[in-house]
Amino acid sequence: MKKITLNIDGKEVTGEEGMTILQVTRGAGIDIPTLCYHEKLEPYGVCRLCLVEIGTPPRTRLVTSCVYPAADGLVVKTRSERVIQTRKVLLELLLARAPGAKIIKDLAEEYGVTKARLRKTATFCILCGLCVRYCAEIKKADAIGFIGRGIEREVMFIPEIATESCPSCRECFPLCPTGVLESNFMLVQSLLFKK
Amino acid sequence: MPKLKSALELEELREGIVSKRDPSRLCFTVCSGTACLAIGSQPTFAAFEKELEKQGLKDRVDLKPTGCPGFCEQGPIVVVYPQEICYLHVQPEDVAEIISQSMKGQIVERLLYVDPVTGKATSRESDIPFYKYQKRLILGNNRLIDATKIEDYIALGGYKALPKALFDMTPEQVMAEIEKASLRGRGGGGFPTARKWKSTRDAPGEPKYVIVNCDEGDPGAFMNRALMEGNPHSVLEGLTIGAYAMGSHEGFIYVRQEYPLAAENIAIAIKQAEDYGLLGKNILGSGFDFIVKVHKGAGAFISGESSALMNAIEGKVGEPRPKYIHTAEKGLWDKPSCLNNVETWADVPFIINNGADWFTSIGTEGSKGTKIFSLVGKVNNTGLVEVPLGTPLRDIIYKMGGGVSGNKKFKAVQTGGPSGGCIPEQYLDSPVDFDELTKLGAMMGSGGMIVTDEDTCMVDFAKYFVHFLSEESCGKCVPCREGISHMLDILTRITEGKGQASDIQLLEDLARMLKEASLCALGQTAANPVLTTLRYFRPEYDAHIYEKRCPAGVCKDLIAFYVEPDKCQACLICARNCPVDAINGGKNLIHVIDQGKCIKCGTCFDVCPPRFGAIKKISGEPVPALILEQDRVIQRKS
Amino acid sequence: MVTDNSEADVKKINQILAGYKGESNLLIQVLLEIQKELRWLPKEGLIRISQELNVPLRQVYHAVTFYKAFSLVPKGKYTVTVCVGTACHVRGSPRILDRVAQTLGINPGDTTPDFKFSLETVNCLGCCAMGPVMVVGDVYHGKLSLDQVPRILDSYD
Repeated sequence: MKKITLNIDGKEVTGEEGMTILQVTRGAGIDIPTLCYHEKLEPYGVCRLCLVEIGTPPRTRLVTSCVYPAADGLVVKTRSERVIQTRKVLLELLLARAPGAKIIKDLAEEYGVTKARLRKTATFCILCGLCVRYCAEIKKADAIGFIGRGIEREVMFIPEIATESCPSCRECFPLCPTGVLESNFMLVQSLLFKK
Repeated sequence: MPKLKSALELEELREGIVSKRDPSRLCFTVCSGTACLAIGSQPTFAAFEKELEKQGLKDRVDLKPTGCPGFCEQGPIVVVYPQEICYLHVQPEDVAEIISQSMKGQIVERLLYVDPVTGKATSRESDIPFYKYQKRLILGNNRLIDATKIEDYIALGGYKALPKALFDMTPEQVMAEIEKASLRGRGGGGFPTARKWKSTRDAPGEPKYVIVNCDEGDPGAFMNRALMEGNPHSVLEGLTIGAYAMGSHEGFIYVRQEYPLAAENIAIAIKQAEDYGLLGKNILGSGFDFIVKVHKGAGAFISGESSALMNAIEGKVGEPRPKYIHTAEKGLWDKPSCLNNVETWADVPFIINNGADWFTSIGTEGSKGTKIFSLVGKVNNTGLVEVPLGTPLRDIIYKMGGGVSGNKKFKAVQTGGPSGGCIPEQYLDSPVDFDELTKLGAMMGSGGMIVTDEDTCMVDFAKYFVHFLSEESCGKCVPCREGISHMLDILTRITEGKGQASDIQLLEDLARMLKEASLCALGQTAANPVLTTLRYFRPEYDAHIYEKRCPAGVCKDLIAFYVEPDKCQACLICARNCPVDAINGGKNLIHVIDQGKCIKCGTCFDVCPPRFGAIKKISGEPVPALILEQDRVIQRKS
Repeated sequence: MVTDNSEADVKKINQILAGYKGESNLLIQVLLEIQKELRWLPKEGLIRISQELNVPLRQVYHAVTFYKAFSLVPKGKYTVTVCVGTACHVRGSPRILDRVAQTLGINPGDTTPDFKFSLETVNCLGCCAMGPVMVVGDVYHGKLSLDQVPRILDSYD
């Protein structure tokens, strides 16, 4: 694979053609927060925490590093003012949704998000999709999926399939950033699974 | 119908059709677009059929159901050719008179357009101010075409551009002409069409696809509906020419589920084009193959976004993709796919027929050609308006639109749908094109223009758009799903009188984040209506937050209806119409509204006779104390 | 009158599916056809669709809960759709919607107990100049005033 060189936070970093910006940074030990990223899965690009600023001023923009293709000569800032401001508000939104989740609380603290300006909705599932994608792409069982749209969007175990597949698998449980997946499963199991 | 196997055969067919048509023969056209159907044009059409049969005129005159000409406020519309006499609000009972007068070469005066200011009547359609100031290049043929008859389109010169492209031009030459014309996408993005076409053509991968976006989800916009229902072949012809230029052999037309007539008419058009050899294998004997399939939407605004639409055609849920590679390079099934709006495709035959130079002679430096706008809301002449790009907003709203309805005061015009913004009075001289309105924080968008007046609350208006977007967000990404939901919370609180000083800053922070972080344009532009209303109507927000007052008298939690004792004439009309019996009164007893029962529906306000005007909307101050019953008695002069 | 017709419904679904075996990209088109024919999508049908079209069941569930056109419960004989698009909103569609809801005795999204009417809202029908607009079945009613609402609804049997 052809080698490429990016300018990340002022330093020259090498990667391989075909990598995303995130993959290059992971290889170089540069920290970019993510919630919906998993190296074995297709990048999903929905948590938006991995946003970085690319380009040279004044023509810069924010892109999700998990999806954006790394290119030779690309200039990247992983902690610019724009990136930090945006991550802060994103964390406010995530905190409102999953107030007790350790990973989100830790990130919020790191970014100085202390005030709770938004109404807590406390649904806990942040719809990162790791469970759905893992089951579809790795296990190829499709036992769990999304339903609904907008704020009504939810993750749901498909009872017809989950009854058979899940009890002996459970591999998606530890992937859940907020830990709500397992309790969700137990609830569904007791209510909906065929006996 | 044997397939046409050459351009010559097509021309012979055209001559044949035209020669059989007598231009001096009387022809009654009845608009049969969805909007006119909604106001009863079908009974009018049926009345024509019956009456013509009855008078034995079926073989001497023509009757044609046509597409939407755009003057929707005045429907059902009947235009009598060849004199081009335009009749408005035509009811079934008017039909017999129209027929008998037209046979005598005379006019039915009472059904003509009358200028509201001068009182002058206009008989010829093209003299009516609404039409006169337009330049109806794309929409104009709608009133001459029965969309279910390809012969109508051919008779008017349709399918002249296609053989010209296939036989007289190379794909590169077609591409060059579109580039020279500086055509920009009409769907809202304004992206240079030739550049998109070139990307598709040059991207590696086969097959290449071309797609028509007829999802038109912006509330208030119906330009695509009118084109697709009224002149589907113009879109098909443009699509085929584009396919030829890009080397595509398969096209899709995505029609939203809410446009059943458009889906029906384009399906008929495809079948007829195939029958004639103008679509399908070896078009007109040129060796070029091109097939088109129709794909229906199922009720989701987000599926009109390019990558989402392609997901939907692939059978997946129509949500956008978070990719940074253009769909022109990797679109449908990861193949090069060119998606353009209905109107963009319809512009193509015009450019090929008349040349790029003709097209660039219309419009401004950066925005060439005409654009169709849907002018709706509190305006006198609601309907579709086609004008050269660069026409000032004021001309569209006042010259063609006839100004604000009900003699109310203009407040703002919303352009660009939920992604756009509100433009106040002081900027009405701004030319409408791709770039000018963006400077004001708004955008031209796909062409929706909603006029609001003094009775529109701009906070409620912003809340309306945010509510719309909250229902239409796919919910995948955090900024849009959560951000819009919180914006809606905040705006709702403000309209309920529970706004706080910190709300404005919070709205602005959420807006900035939405713009920076959203996965697709729905989220990225979601804050625009809020930002523009904040920018231009900040005092209204402040009144709601600090004074608990709604200046326009709209927000239910902040208004009260009150009968003014010195104006009430105790006619009992409001009391009888109140749906919850909240009004107490008698023939000589001044009426009083029970605030506890009142549901703020506004019926009393509407029905109180204008000469009394006794119902007042109170906001920001307490309702005056009840007066004693004995003081409510009216002493009438006998 | 809707009874538990699931078996008959699934039979009809199988008939429709016969022409679509393996055509996974036509999922939404197939769902639209079945929704139109049966006025709802029974669960057994969704499982059949997943099998015949070779689409994961979770994708079928996502599609039917994502799009407004689909209903997982039987709809009424006539669907009353009130347009709440911007142009209609500015012309008073909220009041029309309230009156329709009041007349039918149901909220948007619901069906009357006798399965005669279902009430829906739509964000724009493209008849903006005719606003406020509502569609009953296939028939459009434009330039609505509040008093017309009960009259129009009464005319349907």
